[in-house]
Amino acid sequence: MAALINVPSKARRGEIIEIRTLTSHIMETGFRHTADGTLVPRDIITGFVCRYNGAEIFRADLFPAIAANPYLSFFTVAKESGKFEFEWIGDNGYSSTASASITVG
Amino acid sequence: MISWRAIAAILLVTGPALLAGEIPPDARRSGYAFMGPDTRAMQDDDTANPGMLFVLDGEQLWKKTTGAADKACADCHGDARSSMKGIAARYPAFDKALGRPVTLDQRINLCRADHQQATPLPYESRDLLALSAFVGHQSRGIPITAGDDPQVKPFVDQGRALFMQREGQLNLACTNCHDDNFGKRLAGAPITQGQPTGYPLYRLEWQTLGSIERRLRSCMTGVRAQAYDYGSPELVALQLYLMSRARGLPMETPAVRP
Ligand code: HEC
Ligand code: HEC
Repeated sequence: MAALINVPSKARRGEIIEIRTLTSHIMETGFRHTADGTLVPRDIITGFVCRYNGAEIFRADLFPAIAANPYLSFFTVAKESGKFEFEWIGDNGYSSTASASITVG
Repeated sequence: MISWRAIAAILLVTGPALLAGEIPPDARRSGYAFMGPDTRAMQDDDTANPGMLFVLDGEQLWKKTTGAADKACADCHGDARSSMKGIAARYPAFDKALGRPVTLDQRINLCRADHQQATPLPYESRDLLALSAFVGHQSRGIPITAGDDPQVKPFVDQGRALFMQREGQLNLACTNCHDDNFGKRLAGAPITQGQPTGYPLYRLEWQTLGSIERRLRSCMTGVRAQAYDYGSPELVALQLYLMSRARGLPMETPAVRP
């Protein structure tokens, strides 16, 4: 699924940086019914993880009350050049990944 | 003696005379101007604007071959950044073969049918919204000129008549809200001028991207009128009038609205 990641491409060592992620997902709550009364099955993202050069730095659990196309933003300290990896998992075996690089000088 | 010729000349340079209640061109403002700071911030930041997810999907579809002709949009139109620049700002546009104006969605489906030999995409389907968001995005910042073509004049006039026409159990016309009462509130929602600058756009209430036709149909349902069908001549005429009424305002696709 399409994802939009906003990570500064460069930062000073020790700088606090903001990371923003937005990903496509319908986030169907599992509480809605169709016009003929059948329940629309739940289909949501249940978890998100961000790793910085392999080490987990942020994790979130997601629930049915979260809007479609979830947007998450968080902060970390720029320690070294490398890669941020993002992973979303969810119902029906859903899995999606993205990554972004940073140069720390 | 006052010269009638001079008055006629003044009327000519100021464009078509405004009907009672119509907003003068320099007072026309996008729905953006009526939004709160959070919604504006979301529209302004391409990594926070969920409409951009659809633009990304549209970019993939642009490059993907489909249909019996096994052709992609890109095979004929190349780089959309140049070939599609400014196109959405002049749609709906006159189609010579059909002898009537077509919307951008209809134009894309004509290319699918005639040039890709593929089945048309249903209105409001994810793929059609993504393609029209991607094409529309190439016009971001470009002033609207749709309706300038003399061939579409009768259709602009038809759209204007529909805009002024009271309808539904509440017996309200579009003009009663969007010309007479913009800037006020309807329950929690700000009433805007109903400018079509950002379509298809991401509406937080819808939790997804939607076309202008979806928006117009919900305004009609709101006054308890029977909404015109997607792609109907009435909806095309209304879009054309709205675009001509927004003449000169910059395109914002994909906008964000509450
Ligand atoms: C085989 C070539 C071909 C393919 C493939 C094709 N088009 Fe076209 N397109 C044309 C031609 C030719 C025109 C000019 C109008 C006409 O003759 O139909 C056109 C016109 C258009 C226009 C209107 C441009 C204007 O100036 O008003 C748009 C928008 C457009 N195409 C979008 C698309 C999209 C989106 C796709 C993919 C879904 C696509 N086209 C696929 C050939 C193609
Ligand atoms: C009872 C008042 C009312 C009537 C009548 C009404 N609307 Fe609306 N309209 C609204 C409200 C409220 C909104 C939501 C606020 C907004 O985004 O403009 C809206 C939104 C819109 C928008 C979206 C503007 C944007 O910035 O994206 C358009 C376009 C529009 N209306 C056109 C129409 C047309 C055409 C008609 C007649 C068929 C109509 N409206 C009738 C109240 C009304």
